[in-house]
Formats: sequence, C-alpha cells, structure tokens
Amino acid sequence: MSLSSADVKKVARLARLKVSDEEVERFKGQLGNILGHMSDLAALDTAKVEPTAHALGLVNVMRADVAQVLSPEARAAIFKNAPEREGPYVKVPKVIE
Amino acid sequence: MMGGTDLIRLSASAIAGAVSRGELKAEAVAQAHLDRIAAVDGKVNAFLKVLSGPALEAARAVDLKRSAGKPLGALAGVPVALKDNICAAGAQVSCASRILDGYIAPYDATVVERLKGADAVVLGKTNLDEFAMGSSTENSAFFPTKNPWDLGRVPGGSSGGSAAAVAARMAPLALGSDTGGSIRQPAALCGIVGLKPTYGAVSRYGLVAFASSLDQIGPFTRTAEDAALAMSVIGGHDPRDSTSLPAPAAAFAAPTGDLKGLRLGLPKEYLEGGLEPSMRAAFDAALSALKARGAITREVAMPHTKYALSVYYLIAPSEASSNLARFDGVRYGPRKGGASGNLLELYEESRGAGFGPEVKRRIMLGTYALSSGYYDAYYLKAQKARTLIKGDFDAAFEDVDVLVTPTTPAPAFRFGEKTGDPLSMYLSDVFTLPCNLAGVGGVSVPAGVSPEGLPLGVQFMGRAGEDAGLLRLARALEDAKLFSGEPAL
Repeated sequence: MSLSSADVKKVARLARLKVSDEEVERFKGQLGNILGHMSDLAALDTAKVEPTAHALGLVNVMRADVAQVLSPEARAAIFKNAPEREGPYVKVPKVIE
Repeated sequence: MMGGTDLIRLSASAIAGAVSRGELKAEAVAQAHLDRIAAVDGKVNAFLKVLSGPALEAARAVDLKRSAGKPLGALAGVPVALKDNICAAGAQVSCASRILDGYIAPYDATVVERLKGADAVVLGKTNLDEFAMGSSTENSAFFPTKNPWDLGRVPGGSSGGSAAAVAARMAPLALGSDTGGSIRQPAALCGIVGLKPTYGAVSRYGLVAFASSLDQIGPFTRTAEDAALAMSVIGGHDPRDSTSLPAPAAAFAAPTGDLKGLRLGLPKEYLEGGLEPSMRAAFDAALSALKARGAITREVAMPHTKYALSVYYLIAPSEASSNLARFDGVRYGPRKGGASGNLLELYEESRGAGFGPEVKRRIMLGTYALSSGYYDAYYLKAQKARTLIKGDFDAAFEDVDVLVTPTTPAPAFRFGEKTGDPLSMYLSDVFTLPCNLAGVGGVSVPAGVSPEGLPLGVQFMGRAGEDAGLLRLARALEDAKLFSGEPAL
C-alpha cells in the first residue's frame, strides 16, 4: 500500500490538521506501511458476516430530553477553560459572512 | 505505630481496615505516600501532577469523620493515583497532551465520585501516552515514565504512570484505562495486577474518550484482593454513561484461590511463535501452579486472532478521529491561528500545534479509513472481522471457563527500541487487543521474573460479566508465589 503526498495532504485537510512538508513525507511512509499490514483483511471472507455494532449487544439507551441546570460555580468552571470569552459566551472568529 | 516505610507497603485492603478500626490515621497514610513520591518519583516520573494539599485535606476529613463516630467507606484512607485522562474536579486533566494545556476538570468522573464516596484519597494524576495512544509512555508530550524495575526500560503503556506508581509503592491503588491493553500490558511489565473489566462494567463518565467501543476503566493493585475491593467501589451501572451495563455491580468478594474443576483454555494461536523463552517458561510455570490447584487445561482454537491487530488499528483510530474532533481550540485548550478571522485555519493550527505525532498519525489513519471510497474496504471490513473475532471468544467459552495467555510476548523493552517504527510498537499489544474487541474482561497477573530481573505477566480472559472469577485465578497465582519482591529504588 503506498500513499502519495497529495493523499496525505488531503487526509490532513479532512482531519483539520496542519502538517508540515516534513510531516507529510514521514506520515506517507508510516501510514502506507500500516495500511499495508492491514491488507491481510482482504483475504478474509466476510460476505455473510454482520458488522459489530456493540460488543455485548446493548441497544440504544434513551433518557428524557431535559436540560440539566448547572450551578453558577459549575458554569464558571467551564468558562474558565475557554481560550477567549466575552460575557457568558465563548468567542470565536466570524463563521458566517 | 507504623513508620512511613511500612505504610507504603500495606495493601489497600489493609489500609482501609486499619483506618476504619482507628488503628491508623488516614493523614499518616497519605503523608507516607507523598513522602515516597517525593523520594523516588524524581527517578520514576510516574506523576504529571501530585495533589499534596488536597490529598492531605481529604485524608484529614476521613480522620475527622471517624472521630465523629461516623462509619467509613470501603476504601477509607486509601491513597489512589488517577491516570491523567480521568477527571477529578479542580485538578488538571491533560491526557499528556499540549492540546489540553491549562485545562482544569469542572467535574468528577463517576469513578472518582465513587472513590471519594468510599473515603479514598486522590494523590495525583499519572503520566500516559498522549490520549492513551501508545504502549510505553514515550508518546507523552511531557516526559516518559521509567520502569521501576529497570530505569532504562519502559513501564509499558498507555497507563504507564499508574502502573509504575503502584509498583514503586507510591500508591497501593491506581486507576487506568484500557482500549487495547493499556492496563494489562503495563501491569505485566511492572509486576502488578491490572484488570480491564468487561465493557460497560465500570462507568466511563469523566474519562476522556479515545475509542468508545473499546475503552474501559480499571484498577492497578499489588494484590487480587485489592483489585476486587476497588471493583466493588467503582463498578456498577451509571445512567450518565450510555454504554454502562444495566446490571447492578457484580459481587466482588475477596477472592479465594480454589480452582477445582475450572476449565482453562489455551488458545494455540497465541502460543505459536514469537514468545521470548523467559515468558514461555513463566507461562508454563503458571499453568502448572494452576493445575496443582485443581484447574483443568485444554487447547482451544481462535482462528481469527491473527486479524486482531489490523481490526484494532482500523477501529480504534476511526473512533479516535471522531472523538478527538472536539479538540479544536474553541472551547478549551490553547488557541492558535484564526487571527485573520478564518475558523478553518484556527482549527488546523490549534490541532496541528496541540497534537503529537502518534495522535496525528492515528487521527489520519482513522480519517482515511472512514473517508469516502475507503469506508467499505477498511472500516466496515474491520467491523465485520470484529464479529468473527468475537465469535472465536463465544465458541471458546462454550468449552472452557477462562482463557489463559501470556500478557505480552516479552518483558519490558528499552527506551527508543520501538519508537522509530509505529508498527513494531503496535505489535507489542498483540495478546491484549482481542479482549477489547470482544468486550470481555481480562486481567494481567505477575507470574515470574526474567533472567534480567524483569517482571512477566500472565493474562486471564473470562466471559462478559465474570470479572470476579478472573480475580480468583489471580489469587491462585499469588498463592503459588511465582513472583515476589519489589523494585529497588
């Protein structure tokens, strides 16, 4: 399995990762090597096999759709972790022109 | 009155008993362990953060509770170290990553809430491979943890800090997380007991997610009895974790070592090659000891074992690529870029600067496996192969009660030995990965020492929900005294 530099750059873009040219070259070889190992799965006949959805067969777990009310202290503890904030908001660059 | 050097050698069960009876002060126990950390952690580097003040304060509160005549919890005064991907309110949770620099957990994980409710004392946060991705702690963004038995070797990973802390007598109990062996492999390399419970047996609320269909929290201890005690506190249903098993907590009585009639399965695919002679010898000695205690052994076939590595390294990175999307420089962690008002650039630069190479590698691998055109060949194929691997376990458990394998192919490796080739590092987990894929419980128990003086571990895997039975085997191996001593530090 071999990946091109363009493949690696495309995947990095999809993953929202900035990678240097040097990283692209390194990841190209390493990811190709790992994916090469995984080609062993191609030999496995899975035509009649269902994919695993949950290892122990647990199905959807539901709860009531009710908002949890946080104490002012709990809210403050969450906002303290934000890199930029303004009032009770996390500040980000403009999303919509 | 016991001195500090005696206190650090007590088991969690002994500490809890003595503190509850008023024979020992929780504060003295906490202080002894903090002193031990101060004395040896400069060499071992198990902790990313020692919470001395809060630990002593919590210990004094336990002592006050007792002097007020109130009954104490099951872990009264027991110092506990937490892998730094588990949230404890008011303390850092870094996942050993730059991308969480400065992050302070706003709440307690359910396991931490239960530990505190049982009067345990949180000592600090331990080192790991970044986001639990690795087998040696060499992927920590801060520093590697050293194996207490040989400071030139790795403690295993990803929960290497927790394993080293317990082995080096800095804590009698630590929690880790295990996605593909991250509790059992370091437990084996550090000569202690490490249990990965059945998937869903322990709540993951407050554990930073890596691969949600595989992740499980579990204890590191020096005895099987302590692992049972820890499980009796942290296990059981939690409505805040949608993958938590609905059943009530399994009973974890102090395990006895009687194995009369227990059928042990030896999966031949695990033993066909690549075992280091010292590991082979320790494994054979363990089997003899278990047979002497009444167990019966037979060979079983698990023909899809050879696919486990590929399946794991497609499923875990795929889930990670999705789970780690939340680290984007918006709500927490350092923010880079975006000065020009471009949100995409903010994401790419924050993530590019914040994640280390192994995390980037796995995010990219997962993104690739999930991307249009490759999904069927990689991710879906892996999920189907996972069904076959799980089928091997189901079939084996028709014939036997527990599966026995070495935990690792060899004892602890040296720093730098596998960092150049990610695939060779992945291969060091080849015996522990299938257990997570099948969702069953597994435990590593010390079973011997290599000629170079390094611990060797044996792994037991049981049916889903039968984790208590695994500790019975752990107890039987302890009784056989194949392993003893402590690291010289």
